[in-house]
Amino acid sequence: MILGVSYDLLRWEERNLIEEAKKIGNKVYPLFTKDMTFLTSEDAWYQDVDAVIQRNTSHSRAVATSMLLESMNFRVYNDSLSLVRCENKIQTTFLLRSRGIPVPKTAIAFSRDKAMEMASKLGYPVVIKPVEGSWGRMVARAQDEDTLRSLIEYQEFTNLQYKTIYYIQEYVNKPNRDIRIFVIGDEAPVGIYRVNEKNWKTNTALGAIARPLKIDEELRDLALKVKEIIGGFFLGIDVFEDPERGYLIGEVNGVPEYKNTVRVNQFNVSGFLLNKLNEVIKK
Amino acid sequence: MVSLKCPVCGGEVQVDDNALPGEIVEHECGAQLEVFNDHGRLSLRLAEQVGEDWGE
Repeated sequence: MILGVSYDLLRWEERNLIEEAKKIGNKVYPLFTKDMTFLTSEDAWYQDVDAVIQRNTSHSRAVATSMLLESMNFRVYNDSLSLVRCENKIQTTFLLRSRGIPVPKTAIAFSRDKAMEMASKLGYPVVIKPVEGSWGRMVARAQDEDTLRSLIEYQEFTNLQYKTIYYIQEYVNKPNRDIRIFVIGDEAPVGIYRVNEKNWKTNTALGAIARPLKIDEELRDLALKVKEIIGGFFLGIDVFEDPERGYLIGEVNGVPEYKNTVRVNQFNVSGFLLNKLNEVIKK
Repeated sequence: MVSLKCPVCGGEVQVDDNALPGEIVEHECGAQLEVFNDHGRLSLRLAEQVGEDWGE
């Protein structure tokens, strides 16, 4: 297979993917998007690539390059539609809900007053999140009306694209951890618990510790159903454990990081992904 | 190793032969630098700061 790796920052994951791909005999083109250009009157120099793995850190660069490459008939994983579904939390949550996937109770409002009304309906504490965002940035918990009003005011004075769209969610009374499970092709082979003793937010970017996860059948089935709905080839799915309702899908990540997953599980995510991709390309 | 020039202090920065564009290099002057391909030659520029839309 001739593989393109589209990226804008060479993190551990991108370097590992390139190294593993070469190790199993693939030819690799690192596509550093910040130095790439696209011109309608010119063909791309990487015409012979069989597949491109999308690994841009910047979401806008990821979506744009997936779109561009798809429009030039390249096979891109993940494709732009799946990336948009992952990034926009309104779409992720309501799309999953409409297909019967359990998600936290979530309200969307378009004015401050309605946002406050919906928060009362959900019951405090509530969580307010930017419609688009990652690594736990600007995700905040409001214990009461007064706090939520302040958080909303802060949001309105940001430059966020969706600053006057309010994404308010019930606070799920989960243990001091959540689950990150990976779907690669048609399998869900590996995952981690993300444990944080000090902060209710369980992003590893905010100091949560990765622990190995034993994947049960229910979790595996749920992850594969999510993949069917969202699309894509390589997803990192965040799952909350609710004491009464069981598994709830929090978010879906379209360019998931997996350094810690590899470390604690001794599982070669890049190798597994590349083998799955080789299978698909041969079909 | 390849010897490149720090765009901030002008000092020498040693970079691995197999460095790829997009790789981040810390220099002793405190600058965080990014490797890029400058018309066929590896070079260094100031690394981009974390953006609003960065993440998984």
